[in-house]
Amino acid sequence: MNAVVGTNGTPFRYSEAALAEVRDLIKKYPEGRGKSAILRALHIAQEENHGWLSAPAMDHVAEVLSITPIEVYEVASFYSMFNLEPVGKYVLEFCQTGPCAIEGAERIIEYTKQKLGVGKNETTADGMFTIKQVECLGACGYAPMMQVGEFFHEHLDEAKIDQFIDDCRAGKINKGTWKMH
Amino acid sequence: MGRKLLLEHAHVPGINTYEVYRKHGGYRSVEKALKSMTPDEVVEEVKKSGLRGRGGAGFPTGMKWSFLAKPEGVPRYLVCNADESEPGTFKDRFLMEKIPHLLIEGMITSSYALGANTSYIYIRGEYSWIVFILEKAIKEAYAAGWLGKNIQGSGFDFDLYVNPGAGAYICGEETALIESLEGKRGNPRIKPPFPAVKGLWQCPTVVNNVETIAAVVPIVNDGGEEYAKIGIGKSTGTKLISASGNINKPGVYEIELGVSVEDFIYSDEWCGGIKRGKRLKACVPGGSSVPILPHFLVTKTAAGENRLMTYESLADGGFATGSMLGSGGFIVYDEDQCIVRNTWNFSRFYHHESCGQCSPCREGTGWMEKVLWRMENGQGKLSDIDMLADIAKKIEGNTICPLGDAAAWPVSAAIRHFREEFEWHVNEPKACMERNYGLVKERVVMGG
Repeated sequence: MNAVVGTNGTPFRYSEAALAEVRDLIKKYPEGRGKSAILRALHIAQEENHGWLSAPAMDHVAEVLSITPIEVYEVASFYSMFNLEPVGKYVLEFCQTGPCAIEGAERIIEYTKQKLGVGKNETTADGMFTIKQVECLGACGYAPMMQVGEFFHEHLDEAKIDQFIDDCRAGKINKGTWKMH
Repeated sequence: MGRKLLLEHAHVPGINTYEVYRKHGGYRSVEKALKSMTPDEVVEEVKKSGLRGRGGAGFPTGMKWSFLAKPEGVPRYLVCNADESEPGTFKDRFLMEKIPHLLIEGMITSSYALGANTSYIYIRGEYSWIVFILEKAIKEAYAAGWLGKNIQGSGFDFDLYVNPGAGAYICGEETALIESLEGKRGNPRIKPPFPAVKGLWQCPTVVNNVETIAAVVPIVNDGGEEYAKIGIGKSTGTKLISASGNINKPGVYEIELGVSVEDFIYSDEWCGGIKRGKRLKACVPGGSSVPILPHFLVTKTAAGENRLMTYESLADGGFATGSMLGSGGFIVYDEDQCIVRNTWNFSRFYHHESCGQCSPCREGTGWMEKVLWRMENGQGKLSDIDMLADIAKKIEGNTICPLGDAAAWPVSAAIRHFREEFEWHVNEPKACMERNYGLVKERVVMGG
């Protein structure tokens, strides 16, 4: 689990649409239980804060949910989908667990690292790509695979990675957004 | 072949939409339950069906439902566990992606049976696009009058919401899931009290897997007795199996419980045999936490009987020579795969996913990962093998939740059945590294 809470970052406030969405989310839970909306509220904040949760972003979420900042920090640092440090525009999250590993995940991860010239949890100098290695994403039958934004990319091979990177650079990859929910 | 109760219409174009789902008999179980059955009668049918929890533990669903406390004036909740994270398991994802209305229908019928007026589907955060699919389907169901106030004029009010997680295997454990749904870290609770008495927001709560809730639909439609006619003994009905690993046809299959393991692996109807004409080396039949079986115990039990896809047959021989049906995460290994490397991989997984509350799990999973890594990298000692088995034994049964057991079992079983391969790693490190790294053609940084 992540351990460090980011302390830097520029001021953050939800966009108007996001704020309305989070206020709607709170209504899905009984009176006084709005804290339950925290995971989704953090997903939205992360998306609006360039893919990571800064201290100001978490403080803002605390304010909107009417809870203390520490309640947000302790949650944000527990779940692997929350980035507590800046990331690239496209975060390539490769599954490295058993079934993917025996179907070539290790080879594909290494290939991508060499192609982009970065290691695990590193971002390319142009700020385009971050490589993460994550645990089982529930795509074992379609291995190897990675998640980018809201979508899975499965049955990966070297050619598909090449094509994917080119498509990202050409702005052709849809990462998805909370707004589709 | 075989009857399909859940995925029968999975490949009908447009089955993800309300119109098509309804046209194929959708929401009949809600109609039947609300119009002609009391909640207790629904629970009774589920008991008669013999349905067992499909998430992994296999506990009888009807019995779990009957434990639900019903104090006056306190809301009750049904929470659907869609946090599918057990390595090797991807069946719930398939079901929700293809036929979201089946889960919604199951949630309504089950909530009616339990007297829950609000329920939540807790889905793993990584399945983000499925949140969209489910919420779209829920909107359709509201519009058609299957959700909301006074459903179909029955007087039953019911609201259904989707709550995504954010990446944590442990949230598949029901009390961790409840903590997470309350907006906290996913730390499992000490039991008792069980969720049936004090669950979500301290109210009586039932947590059921996606497939379990979906199975309530055919059970109510056709009756529990009809459902129980499928399968063998206490393994009734159909089961979704997620097949992965070195096989020709990985994917999600609905089988009647009782199919032989040999047919499941080799028949073209299911896995289609081992890839590239290789031989079978081992199989993990129920998700990463169940004991691995060496090839000679996969299709036959130790007593020489055909091994079947049932709770009982897969467990035949106990942990000495058997395994578990678990979540139905069926992982197949061919002759080229390294058991030490695979065991290290799983140990790394459990170390990463341990919530850290209990010392045996928090520390032990890390020790196992480190020892296995040094073995895999030619720096192991023979005494490491017994030490690993000892660590596993000391984790097992000594933690608040079953993650400790789940981390220990794969290690114990790998040593039990493949001790020679561990010894080979120690005695001939160069040869084994050449073989393994020849396979993966790269080194993965430790702690990966």
